[in-house]
Amino acid sequence: MVRMEIKDVNLWYGTFHALKDINMKIYKNKVTAFIGPSGCGKSTLIRCLNRMNDLIDTVKVTGEITLDGKNIYDKDVDVVKLRKDIGMVFQKPNPFPISIHDNIAYGPRLHGIKDKNKLNDIVVNNLKGSALWEEVKDILDQNAMSISGGQQQRLCIARCLAVEPEVILFDEPCSALDPISTGKIEDLITQLKKDYTIVIVTHNMQQAARISDYTGYFYLGNLMEFNKTKKIFTNPDNPQTEKYITGKFG
Amino acid sequence: MDRHTKDKAMRGVLWGAAIFTIIILIILIGFIVIKGASAIDWAFLTTKPLRSGREGGIFPAIVGTIYLAGLAVAVATPIGVGGALYLTEFTKEGKITKAIRFGADTLNGVPSIIFGLFGFSFLVYYLNFGISILSGGLTLAFMILPTVFRASEEAIRGVPRWDKEGSYALGATKLQTIWKVVIPQSISGIVTGVILGLGRAAGETAPIIFTAAILNPIMPESIMQPTMALPAHLYTLTSEGISMENAFGTALVLIVMVLLFNFAVSIIRKKKSIRR
Repeated sequence: MVRMEIKDVNLWYGTFHALKDINMKIYKNKVTAFIGPSGCGKSTLIRCLNRMNDLIDTVKVTGEITLDGKNIYDKDVDVVKLRKDIGMVFQKPNPFPISIHDNIAYGPRLHGIKDKNKLNDIVVNNLKGSALWEEVKDILDQNAMSISGGQQQRLCIARCLAVEPEVILFDEPCSALDPISTGKIEDLITQLKKDYTIVIVTHNMQQAARISDYTGYFYLGNLMEFNKTKKIFTNPDNPQTEKYITGKFG
Repeated sequence: MDRHTKDKAMRGVLWGAAIFTIIILIILIGFIVIKGASAIDWAFLTTKPLRSGREGGIFPAIVGTIYLAGLAVAVATPIGVGGALYLTEFTKEGKITKAIRFGADTLNGVPSIIFGLFGFSFLVYYLNFGISILSGGLTLAFMILPTVFRASEEAIRGVPRWDKEGSYALGATKLQTIWKVVIPQSISGIVTGVILGLGRAAGETAPIIFTAAILNPIMPESIMQPTMALPAHLYTLTSEGISMENAFGTALVLIVMVLLFNFAVSIIRKKKSIRR
């Protein structure tokens, strides 16, 4: 089932044409990976999916991106609600410099939950849901900056889950992490896909091959190929995709 | 001289330059403490001056300075922080932001006596606030506004983009993000600016001699009344040759007051500051 659809999307940073006529579908309860060399537009595109690019002054977007059939760039769309429904995990782990508990409670509090017991339940459940509970259950009051990078990133995932999104965007979530932490995040993403629709940008082709169901290969702002991951990694239609995947280019 | 000797010589000269700063501070404070300490006792701090300050204390001047500096900070802080927030979070870099920043820097360079003259003609006469705490406090507020504004701007600009994005990505509004992420992370820089402003407001003489300060040792009962103030009292005691001993006593009280502000703030900052 199609959850999100990207239709004829073009994006400019000032006069620089960064995304060119992108068309693709994001399927429900699947992991969709965006791959491609640096500067190909994959991070730019993922930041369109929750309108994070609105925060940059010079960005202009045309085309349509729909969530369950509704264009998220329509004027009547509440961007705040949209970003609650489409969560995001960033490249650099970015927990707030407050306690672990308060990091996870941040989102629910924004949306009006004040009851302490309820907040505690949310914190515990989402720490469990992000496979961090066992490691931090005794230090919930400690500043989140004191845990390791990999733990911080799982905390950011827990924080994102706490506002009950439907789609989760991962923008190169493991590029700052060691292989063991990366493995934990990959396992987590594979589990999360049962309940969420997932989009991930990655530099790591093995990662895309391991965890994604669909893959889009981007080059210089163009979507060169979009297909099932198996197909892309075994028998791509575009010879350029094959070159990139086999490491001859990129 | 060979190269290594030159190196050592240069190191010595630069060390001297650096140490000179601290020596000046020590001499200055030491001088005032030695000359002023004898004037200070409990009565000096808690009673009114008598015979134009030859005798008695400086209590009304202490209170007046607290009122004036307090009013200045109370007015300058919301305006300075608000303006800084607008510049950093609500508008694009462009001609207008450059003009505002240039304006603040220019305002910062205006001599304090000009603020005094402006306060006198605009606030005291044109707006008819009279010689009063209100006129003096507002004049001081105008003077310290650029300090608060620029310090706040620097502090707010220092809040990392990824923390703000993290907040927006959870569905926070702009106001929520400012309140929960931007302000907490820039508060110590903002407080520093406010304290610098407070110290300047408490110590400046020129802005208040035309707008607020009087020699009459009355206790002000409203902000529409004039008041004594420490720097103006010090100026009168010295320039009229009334009492050098009491002048140094007043100076010591003023310096201790400003240092106490700084000290209080460093405690607040330590409590409020967030480990990164």
